[in-house]
Parts: sequence; structure tokens; C-alpha cells
Amino acid sequence: MTKLLPMNRRSFLQTTASGAAAIGFAPSLFSTPAAAQAALTVGFIYVGPKDDYGYNQAHAEGAIVIKAMSGVTVVEEENVPETVDVQKTMESMINLDGASLVFPTSFGYFDPHMLEMAKKYPDVQFRHCGGLWKEGTNPMNTGSYFGYIGQGQYLNGIAAGYTSKSKKIGFVAAKPIPQVLQNINSFLLGARSVDPAITCQVIFTGEWSLAVKEAEATNALIDQGADVITCHVDSPKVVVETAAGRGAFVCGYHANQSPLAPEKYLTGAEWAWGNVYTKFVTEAQAGTPLGNFVRGGLKDGFVKMSPLGPGVSEEARKKFDATLAEMMAGSFSVFKGPIKDNKGGDAVTAGQTFAEDAIELESMAYLVEGVVGSTS
Amino acid sequence: MTIEVNTPTLSPLSTDARSLRPLLEWLARRAEPVAISLGAFLAGLALFSIFILVVGKSPADLFKLMFTGGFGSWFSIQNSLSRAAPLLLTALCVALPARLGLVIIGGEGAVVLGGVAAAAIALPLTASVSPIVVLPLMAIAGMIVGGIWIGIAGVLRHYRGVNETIASLLLAYIAIALMNHLIEGPLRDPASLNKPSTAPLPAEYMLGNIPGMDVNWGLVIGITACIISYTLIEATSFGFAARIAGGNVRAAQIQGLPVGRLIVGFTALAGGFAGLAGMVEVAAVQGSANASLAAGYGYSGILVAFLARHNPLAIVPVAILLGGIDASGGLIQRRMGLPDATVLVLQGTLFVVILFCETLYGRFKIFNPDLWKSPSLSGRPNPSERTA
Repeated sequence: MTKLLPMNRRSFLQTTASGAAAIGFAPSLFSTPAAAQAALTVGFIYVGPKDDYGYNQAHAEGAIVIKAMSGVTVVEEENVPETVDVQKTMESMINLDGASLVFPTSFGYFDPHMLEMAKKYPDVQFRHCGGLWKEGTNPMNTGSYFGYIGQGQYLNGIAAGYTSKSKKIGFVAAKPIPQVLQNINSFLLGARSVDPAITCQVIFTGEWSLAVKEAEATNALIDQGADVITCHVDSPKVVVETAAGRGAFVCGYHANQSPLAPEKYLTGAEWAWGNVYTKFVTEAQAGTPLGNFVRGGLKDGFVKMSPLGPGVSEEARKKFDATLAEMMAGSFSVFKGPIKDNKGGDAVTAGQTFAEDAIELESMAYLVEGVVGSTS
Repeated sequence: MTIEVNTPTLSPLSTDARSLRPLLEWLARRAEPVAISLGAFLAGLALFSIFILVVGKSPADLFKLMFTGGFGSWFSIQNSLSRAAPLLLTALCVALPARLGLVIIGGEGAVVLGGVAAAAIALPLTASVSPIVVLPLMAIAGMIVGGIWIGIAGVLRHYRGVNETIASLLLAYIAIALMNHLIEGPLRDPASLNKPSTAPLPAEYMLGNIPGMDVNWGLVIGITACIISYTLIEATSFGFAARIAGGNVRAAQIQGLPVGRLIVGFTALAGGFAGLAGMVEVAAVQGSANASLAAGYGYSGILVAFLARHNPLAIVPVAILLGGIDASGGLIQRRMGLPDATVLVLQGTLFVVILFCETLYGRFKIFNPDLWKSPSLSGRPNPSERTA
């Protein structure tokens, strides 16, 4: 098979070397002439539509940031299932578009799909969203990046705690997996930091994207008295619109959903992938090795909060800002014992404190006391 | 010899024409489905071009790009074939029951459960049994479970009078829920934290690629299944009985044909092929059973089967064509900035136009030797003479 790559390793090194030299002569990054930047084609692959007001849109917004960088061409493909299709999409980006850095953004793209392609194209860099990369096991041209968004859900909980009149809040969740459980628990713990009497009912839909069930779950939560709703599904659009339509307040997730419900949107925990992608692309253009295991939270600029909406009281705003400042200083932890689980056992024992990057949190299998619902 | 004398319309070229006549008649009859399908395909593309013009893009660029992405290079061809492979089997899940007049649209359920069954039977054996034994066992397990699943729709249809279309669709939802339960519960690999899956198959138990190609064995399995199905329908008495029952159930029953057994047998076989698609997905692509099995292959198979007019051999080119359209979909998004839905619009347009063109069969004189000027040699009565 003839190699269709317009750029091989040698020409890549040459261009990056000249780019690096140019940066050396002109120390100010802003005065670097565009032509001196290494030409780089970056591929983005999304599992759903890139305007879903959710997971995929968050990544697509990151891609938009990259597009503005000089010397960068972005190619994107949406609605790519986690099958052989995504392998072929990566190959097609590499072979037909000359992509040398690929971001397969869905969790299920990692194994086996991205790993297969990384083996086949050792000169191409692959970075996957989800934090699965393991040193020694996975090849060095692959890597993961992920954000700790639990603190964002804690801040959502603070806004919800002040806003709720019924002292009942609701969570529409996709699957009872550690990441989702951590968000549910953080949301409730945030609300309980305002009022320890608050309870949070959770409904699992079982799928990442199942609009009908998400709407049913939202309605069911509101019927049972919940007056602030948040969620962890791929696209919060249905949940936000349904809840706001019923008069409940909402906290967002993944991306900013305030355009969908400007009056009812309190705040939201959003990804700030633009920062992460900028870092990778800058490294690739400079010819320095790309990070293999990249993570961060609010303070690292991986996660951000939507601007507070009109429904947030002054009191809530104060506590929100104070907690956010603590988080930005790195001195805050959500999971600080003693915390009981909702079956009466100990989730976090007294004296135990988990920082947001604690490995223990990544295998979370419990719901904390005050969450109404079950993981199975 | 007397016939020759009594035929006044023969021209001086008649001897040549007469010897060519059987060939022409044969060609005409065979040409009808090809010409109508091709015409419908081109008409569909023309309609789609209008759509592309409306959104302000050039159809010529688009079709050029589609060809590049689908069939323009060896890479693109392999890309298309890879995407076509699972559709071959799931299309059979629709096409086989269709020959009996049944509309089965729940192949997705058989795919996911077939995949889970294949993984479930393989995992306890991988420690001690050789892949040569395990892989066929996986295929059999996938086929049996898929067969039972669609077979249920057949049983309900024949013995309880339940509409098989709705039953199979609803069974697909149950199957997906069952799969989720199994991979999140009893069969879950505890290490699969955020993506519940069964334990992964060791590499030596994977099906692998066809030598010299970047396409997995699913393609060969799919094409073989299509050939077997064609032979079954066209060349066996079982298939003949099925076609009779498909034409008129009452007539078949009066003839003493075992209609119940035919319906259950055909739906079970159809489900078996879809289950096999699930097994291939686990053994050749995913390496474990997980929610990615529900990727919509069962539903794409419906489109392929209808476009192929439920002819198992025609499924092969149609699946490859749709694989190519799928493969080029990415390039259209990337190069032209058109949304992913573009390809769906094209598929939908083709589907509707081709279904519409079903009504054109028998309307073109050129494809019907019985309507030609001189009497047919096939001995069939000439309808135009009859009405005169």
C-alpha cells in the first residue's frame, strides 16, 4: 500500500525544528510568524452530535479553540459508533487528511479501537479522553486526559441547596459507574453543606443517550417533589428543557445549557477542554513529547463553572464564591470523613480525607447517605 | 420447419434474430431487476443532488468525495468492506423471513445477545481449550441464542397470531436490557470500571483479519452465509415451500405444507445469522461483550435487505455499497463541513425511491418478451394477442 501521509516523521521533525528555531529567535510567542509554525492536522472524533449541549459539544468547543491556532488544521467527525467504524475513521483521518494527532473523545474508543490504531500507526499521536492509559501497558504514542469534575458538581449542589424549597433535589444518571456515582455524591454533599436535611433522589436510565427515558426520569423526580434537577447523561438538553418546562430549577453538566433555560439555569459544571487541547497542540508544534497521563480539575483549568443564573440568591453566591476560591487554592476536598453510605455503612471513615485525585475515588461503588436510590 | 414458413413477419435477418432470440429473452428477463434498481439508484442520487444544491454545496464535489472515501483507493475499499461485513448477516435476518412474507425488524436483539452468548461461552474455556475449538463454539452459541430470540417472534406469529414486526422490535429492547443486566451484573469484569464489559478475550482467541487485507473474517462469513441462504431458497424444496407459503399462506396450507415449521425454522435461521454477527463483533472487533454491541447493525440490515429486494445474493453488493456510503460519510463531514445526517438523508432518499420503483416491475415492454411483436419462443401466451 502506498503511503498517503503527506507528512512523514522526517518532514514533521524538520518543520517542527524550524518552528522551534523561529520561536528561539523571536521569544515572544505572539510575534512568531504563522508560517514558521509546524503544520499540524488534528482529528477529533465524537460519539454523538457535536451540538448536543453536552459531552460532545464540550469537546467540539475545545476543537474550535484549536482551530484558531496558527498552522493547525482541524478535521472532525461526529456520530461515530464505538465499533470498527471508529478505527476506520481514525485511519481515514490519518491516511486521507494527514492527521498526526488524533483525539478520539468517547470513553469506549480506547480499548480496543484506539490501541489497535496506535499499534498500526506508531508515528501518529493519540490522546483519549477518559483516563485509561497505563504506563508500561499502553504504547507511548497514546495517552489519556481527563478532568476531575466532582468539585463542579459540589458547587452545583451548593447552588441547588440554597434554591430548593422542598429540600428535595433530583439527579438523572446514565449508569451506576464510579464516575457517575462520584458526581451524584458530590452534588448531594454540596447541597448538604447548605442544609443537612436535603435529600437527592437519583434515577438511572441505563443508557448514555436515551431521550425518552431522560424525560420520564425528570418528570418522575419532579412529581416526587424535587425542585432542582441535574444530570449526568451525554446530552443534558432533554433534562434541562423538561425540568425548566415543569418550573423546576436546573444545574448543568458537560457544557453550558443556560441558552435552553435562561431563567431556571442556576449554574453548571462544564469541561474546559480548550485549555487541554491547546496544551497538547502547543507541545506537538514545538516537537516536545506530549503528556501521556494528563489530569486536572477546576484549579488546573480542566473544568469551569457556568456563570451563575438569575435564580441564584446573594447568600448562595457568597458561599459559592468562597468554596470556589478554596477549590482554586487546592485546599478543598469533597470526600472528607465521616461520611456514611445510604445503606448505613461507612463510606469514608472519620479522619479520612480524599483529595480530588485520590485513586480510591476512581472505584467508587456507593451512594452517600441522603441519596435516595440504589446502584443495582 | 413448418413454423418457419408460416411466419410472415420474419425479415431477411430472421435466421440470425431467431437464434439470438432465446438469448435476448433471457437477457431481458434478467436485465429488468438490474436496470430498475440501477435507475432507482441514479434517480435517488439525482434527488439527493437537489438537496445538496439547496444547502449550497456542489453535488459533483460531493459525489467525487464519496467515491474517494468509499472506493477511491485500496484503503477506502477495505474501509467499505469492513463496514459492510456485519450488514451482510443482519440483512439476512430480514431477508429470509421476508421470503415467507414476514417483516422482522428486531435483528439488533439477536446481535447483542449473540455477542453476549459468544463471550459467555468462551471466557471459562480460554484457560484450557484451544482457539480452534473455542471459536466454533462461540459461533454456535451466538447462532443458537440469536436463533431462539428471533424464533420467538416466529412462534408468537404462527401459534398466537402476534404481529411479528412489533414482537421482534420489542424483543430487541428486551435483549438490550438483558445484555446491560448481564454485562453490568453476573458477567461483568470487575476491572471494567467505567465501561461495564465482560472480561476481554485473550488475543489468540480473536478471529483476526483475512490474510493480506485489513478486513476481518466477518466478511467471508457474511458472504458465505449469503450464498448458503440463496441456495437454500432457490435450490431446495424447503426454500421452494417457503416461497409458496410466502406467496399465499392459505394455498400452502391446503397443499399440506408445514407452514408452522417453515415460519419457525426461517425466523430461527435468520436470528441465527444475526447472532453470528454479534459473535463476529465480539471475536473480531470488540474483544469482549459490552454496550458497544448495540451499534445499530440490526437496523441498518433492514435497509440493506429491502434495497436488495430480499435476494440473499443481491445483499452482497448492496451491503458493500452502503458500507461505502458510510465510509465516505466521514470524509463528507471533514472536507465539506456537512453534518453527519447528510449520509442518512442519502440513505433515506435511496430507500424511498427504490421502494417506489418496486411498482415499476412489469411495466416496461423491453423487459417482457411476451409483449414483443413476434410470438415468444418460451411458449407463454402473448397477452396483447389475447386482448385483441
